[in-house]
Amino acid sequence: MGNFEPKIVGMFCHYCALAAQDVAGKGRMSFAPNIREVRVLCTGKIDVLHILKAMEDGADGVLIIGCKLGECYFREGNMRAFKRVDYARKLLDEIGIEGERVQMYEVPGPMGKRFADIITEMTEKIKSLGPSPLKKAAQEELMA
Amino acid sequence: MIVGERKPLEEIRAMLDPYRKILILGCGECVSVCMAGGEKEVGILASQLRMLYKRQGREVEIGEVTLIRQCDREYIEPHLDKIYQADVVLSMACGVGVQFVGEVAGEEVIVLPALNTKFYGVNLEAGMWAERCAGCGDCVLDKTAGICPIARCAKRLLNGPCGGSQGGRCEINPEVECAWQLIHERLKARGQLELLEEIVPAKNWKPSLSGGPRKVIREDLRL
Amino acid sequence: MKAGSNLEKILEKGEFAVTGELGPPKGNDIEVIKKKAEHLRGNVDAINVTDNQTAVVRMSSIATCALLVQMGLEPVMQMVTRDRNRIAIQSDIFGATALGIKNMLCLSGDHQIFGNQKEAANVFDIDSIQLIQCVKAMRDEGTLLGGQEKIEGQVRLFIGAAANPFADPFEFRVVRLAKKVKAGVDFIQTQCIYDMDRFKEWMRMVTDRGLHEKVHILAGITPLKSGGMARYMAKNVAGITIPDKIIARMVKAKDAREEGMKICVEQIEELRQIKGVHGIHIMAIEWEEVVPEIVKRAGLLPRPKVSKN
Repeated sequence: MGNFEPKIVGMFCHYCALAAQDVAGKGRMSFAPNIREVRVLCTGKIDVLHILKAMEDGADGVLIIGCKLGECYFREGNMRAFKRVDYARKLLDEIGIEGERVQMYEVPGPMGKRFADIITEMTEKIKSLGPSPLKKAAQEELMA
Repeated sequence: MIVGERKPLEEIRAMLDPYRKILILGCGECVSVCMAGGEKEVGILASQLRMLYKRQGREVEIGEVTLIRQCDREYIEPHLDKIYQADVVLSMACGVGVQFVGEVAGEEVIVLPALNTKFYGVNLEAGMWAERCAGCGDCVLDKTAGICPIARCAKRLLNGPCGGSQGGRCEINPEVECAWQLIHERLKARGQLELLEEIVPAKNWKPSLSGGPRKVIREDLRL
Repeated sequence: MKAGSNLEKILEKGEFAVTGELGPPKGNDIEVIKKKAEHLRGNVDAINVTDNQTAVVRMSSIATCALLVQMGLEPVMQMVTRDRNRIAIQSDIFGATALGIKNMLCLSGDHQIFGNQKEAANVFDIDSIQLIQCVKAMRDEGTLLGGQEKIEGQVRLFIGAAANPFADPFEFRVVRLAKKVKAGVDFIQTQCIYDMDRFKEWMRMVTDRGLHEKVHILAGITPLKSGGMARYMAKNVAGITIPDKIIARMVKAKDAREEGMKICVEQIEELRQIKGVHGIHIMAIEWEEVVPEIVKRAGLLPRPKVSKN
């Protein structure tokens, strides 16, 4: 597992995370290449089912980046997303998958450095947790 | 609507243990509206169970179907093929749907409940539902300012608030509003407090569940 | 005479009545009953026996009352509608009257959530007002509830009920009393009184309606044992309010029990002055031994004698 490169599904808000990503790119900041990115118009569009499906389909983690609380383009979409993340974590914990594989961050506007740091932080977090227990189970099954 | 709440996963897992081919059957009526057993909740539970079984290294096939409603034969029948193909049906409807799918599908088909059916209620605010009717079979709302003391008073009192009503709250729990306080306030606002002076005699519980399982028959509608 | 009970005779004679209260044991230990009863003997006119109060399982009120009758004491059988439907209620009334019980207090009862069998189903087939109607029909019409079936024998009961002037909505409290009177109640025992101003206000409403001429009102009192008890009751017991000055007196007192007794005697003196109050009901919860002293200091001894028949 030493060379484990996690697969992380990034669900990014168009208004903050993607703007921040642009800034990071233009500034030639480097960050971990482990994100499969999905653009959403607001994190408030993300449903519990999307998070579960991402995990079920093989993600090692789900990273959601939305606007700072109080600065959501749609006023409270990010607040809803936070609650749904909590619920999704609970559902994952119930079946023995660490809920902390799902993380949500706030980025205050186009802050490239912060964005790059979050990506790295999340990648490190998932690396430390190791591959999704679903993959481990599948692997153990193959080995058996 | 009939309000339901999903059973804990552990309970669902334990009842599904003997089966390899599960059909999760959602219902598009009340339990969809109260976010307990509609299409999305079927998807979430199916996803959760698939991941669980994968973790356990168990091969379990999970199907997902959501009917328009489970309390009408005509909406169940088109899905009987899928129902017969499964080892077990996990119904996410209220207790009515669980039973009726079994009745329509026949005694060979095992239908299990994924929800606890809670009450007849309203969507008070986002994510909150509250009881309003107990289905007693003999509505008294005309006498109680449209607020039901059978469903909303912990003692089902018919002659006004008991000695445990304080500050508008019920003695059983300060979170619970005293239904009779609400009735009193509304009648007062309407200038109808004299309605409370009349003694309501002992209620006839025969039309309620106490009288045995109930049936409604409308001859004009029968074929 | 409706029932010919001691309590009824005393009230009908216009004497100031005194009733006490006895909580049955949480088991079948008769000695507990005997001990509590002896504190009350000769000091009260009748003894209320609670019916699984606060929904805690205790010896049945009927059995305890029957034991008191055997001991030559007069019980007031409390009955709650929480645990019995109309079948059990009427059957128990037949049994109770056959065993010599002559007074009955009609209650709906504390919700089972307060007790030690929280998972129980409650009954509440009828409420306390409908229970009064039921007992009255049995006594005065000789029929069961619904008026059809005739009763074999005679049900003679002096019918009581409770009133809580401290519950809300306040203006409904006297309406509720009026309903109980209309239903046929003979006497009322109130929730324990600490807030004298509010009680007087309620009694004023009662007399304005002329209800005091139709029903005997016994004012409830509970001696306080300690400052802690006062604080606890004020905060935790549903339907009881205790003014700060009483709590302060109890907390400051060197001898809290003595202070509690003093307050009680003062309350009795004040209550006796209120128009329409025909007696007191002393609920000395697990402190029955204090009753003789309170009654003596209040000048209510000896209790009046009335003829046996």
